Amino acid sequence: MLSFLNALPGAMSQGLIWGIMAIGVYITYKILGIADLTVDGSFCTGGAVFVMLFSGGANVWAAMLAALLAGMLAGLVTGLLNTQCGIPAILAGILTQLGLYSVNMAVMDFKASVAINVTQADTLEKLLVSLRFVQGAIRGDFPLWRHPILVVGLFTVGLIALLYGFFGTELGCALRATGSNGSMARAQGIDTDFCKVLGLMISNGLVALSGALLCQYNGANEINVGRGAIVIGLAAVIIGQVLFSKLFHNFALKLLAVAIGAILYYIVIQAVLAVGLNPNYLKLLSALVVAVFLSLPYWKGKYFHAKVKTGGASHA
Amino acid sequence: MLEVKEIWKVFNAGTVNEKQALRGVSLTLKDGDFCTVIGGNGAGKSTLLNAVAGTWAVDGGSISIGGVDVTHLPDHKRAPYIGRVFQDPMLGTAPTMQILENLALAARRGQRRGLRWGVTKAEKEQYQEMLKNLDLGLEDRLTSKVGLLSGGQRQALTLLMASLKKPKLLLLDEHTAALDPKTAAKVLELSDRIVAESHLTTMMVTHNMKDAIQHGNRLIMMYDGKIVIDVSGEEKKKLTVPQLLELFSKVSGSDEADDKLLLS
Ligand SMILES: Nc1ncnc2c1ncn2[C@@H]1O[C@H](COP(=O)(O)OP(=O)(O)OP(=O)(O)O)[C@@H](O)[C@H]1O
Ligand SMILES: [Mg+2]
Repeated sequence: MLSFLNALPGAMSQGLIWGIMAIGVYITYKILGIADLTVDGSFCTGGAVFVMLFSGGANVWAAMLAALLAGMLAGLVTGLLNTQCGIPAILAGILTQLGLYSVNMAVMDFKASVAINVTQADTLEKLLVSLRFVQGAIRGDFPLWRHPILVVGLFTVGLIALLYGFFGTELGCALRATGSNGSMARAQGIDTDFCKVLGLMISNGLVALSGALLCQYNGANEINVGRGAIVIGLAAVIIGQVLFSKLFHNFALKLLAVAIGAILYYIVIQAVLAVGLNPNYLKLLSALVVAVFLSLPYWKGKYFHAKVKTGGASHA
Repeated sequence: MLEVKEIWKVFNAGTVNEKQALRGVSLTLKDGDFCTVIGGNGAGKSTLLNAVAGTWAVDGGSISIGGVDVTHLPDHKRAPYIGRVFQDPMLGTAPTMQILENLALAARRGQRRGLRWGVTKAEKEQYQEMLKNLDLGLEDRLTSKVGLLSGGQRQALTLLMASLKKPKLLLLDEHTAALDPKTAAKVLELSDRIVAESHLTTMMVTHNMKDAIQHGNRLIMMYDGKIVIDVSGEEKKKLTVPQLLELFSKVSGSDEADDKLLLS
C-alpha cells in the first residue's frame, strides 16, 4: 500500500503525459471517426526526434517543436495514403506505423534506445519534465513549480484551450462536420479529404509531442515505447467518456475528461502492479479493458432492442 | 442557369452489373425555372441530380451552372452554386453538431474556411428569427444536437440550410419521401415558399404525379436513362394525371407495371 502511494505522483505524471497522446486519439477517433493506428509509430517518432536534437544541443522547446512537426508529417503520410490512394484508414495507419519503425530506428542512429544524460545537472536542468523532478520538487532539490504534475498539467490545459479555440473556428467546424457527416460537409463545399488529412496531422502532432515529453520524463527514448499506444489512448478516451459524459457537455471539458481518463488509467495500472501482477500481463489487461468498454454500447443496444420486442409482444 | 449537354453515366462498366444509368441526357433550365422530375424506380433521376451535383464525374457530356463549366469539378467545388436536400433525412445535416452550428456551416457554403469564429453572435440572433418563421418549434433549441430532431424537422432544417446562402440551383431529390403525409405536405409547402421567396432555379424529384404537376413551371419524365417527356408553361398547367400516364405508356411502350410504380 505504501509503495502504491509512493508511486502515485509518478503514475499521475505519466498519465498526464499520455493524456496528451489520448487527446490526439480523441481527435481522430471521436471527431473524425477514424481509428488511426499511426500513433503507435508517431509516438516513438516524437521521442526519437526530440532525443536526437536535444542531445545534439538543441533548445528543449525547439526540439519539442521539431517532434510535433515530425508527428504531423507522419499524419500527413497516413492522410495522403487514405485520401489520395484510396487505402482504408486503418490499413493506411498500419502501413505508416510499420514504415515508421525503420524511420525511428534511422533517426535514433540504429540504436534501440537513446538516453539523455540526466546525471549531468545542467542537462537535467534544461528538461521540461523528468522522473527526477517528481521526488526532487517535493524534497526541495528543485523548485516546487517544476513538479511534473504541475508542468504537464499546465501544458495540457494550454493545449486544451488551444484546441477548444481551433474547433470553434470555421476550419475547426469544417473538420467536425467532415467526421459527423461527409456528404453534408461536401454539400457545404467542405473539402473532406483535406479535413481528414489536417485532422490526422494535428492528432499525430499531439501524439509525437506526448512522445517527446515521455522521452524527457524517462530520460531516454526506446524504439518500442509506442507499442500499444492506440489502446492506451482509446482506454483514456473511453474511461473519460464513461465517467464524465453525463457531466461534461462542453468540448473543452470533454478533452479534459480524456486527460483525466489517462491519469486514471495509469493509477489503475499502478494499483494492479502494486497488487503484484507480472508487468508482462499489462498489455493483455489493457486490451481486455478496452475490448469490454468498446463492447458496452453494442450490448446495450442489443438489450434495448430485446426489451422493445417483448414490450410489443405483450401488447399484441 | 443550368445547361446539361449529352451526359452519359455507366455504373460498373465491363462487369455483369453494367448499368447505363444516363444515356445522353440534355436539359437546359432558365433562371427561376422550377422543374419537377418524375420516372419509375431506376429511371436515372437521382443519377441525373448526382451528376449535376458532382457526386462523381460523368463519362461524357458537359454541365455548366450559371455559365460556369463545372463538368470537371468535384462536388465540394460545385457547392458554391448548389443547394441540396437529399431523400434520406440523415444525409443533409451533421447529427453530432448543434442546429446553430449546422446553419453556420451552411451560411458559409462554398466560402474559404479559415480561423475566424465558426459561429458569430449576430448570426445566432438571425437564425433564431429564421427558425421562428419556419414554425417548427426549433427557435428555442438552437443549441440542441441535430441528431435529436425528427426526420421532418431535419428536412425542413436542411431546406433552410440549402437556401441560407442563395444557390444558383436547388436540387431536391424526393426530399419528402421519408416523411409522413402531413409532414411531407408541410415540407413541400415550405419548399415552395423558399423557392418563390428567393426566386431559385430548382429541380425536384418526386414520385407523386400530382405534386409534379402542381408544383413548378416545367415537368420532365425520365425512363431508362433518358428524358422522355418534357412539358412546360401552359401545357404543363393543363396537364392531368391520366394524361401524363397515357403520355408515359406511349413513350415507354409499356402500360401497367411502371404506371403502378409511378402512382405509388
Ligand atoms: N452508385 C451506383 N452504382 C451502381 N449502380 C448505380 C449507382 N447509382 C445508381 N445506379 C443504378 O443506376 C440506375 C438509376 O438509378 P437512380 O438512382 O438514378 O434511379 P432513380 O430514378 O432515382 O430511382 P428511384 O426512384 O428508385 O430513386 C439504377 O439501375 C441503379 O441501380
Ligand atoms: Mg432516386
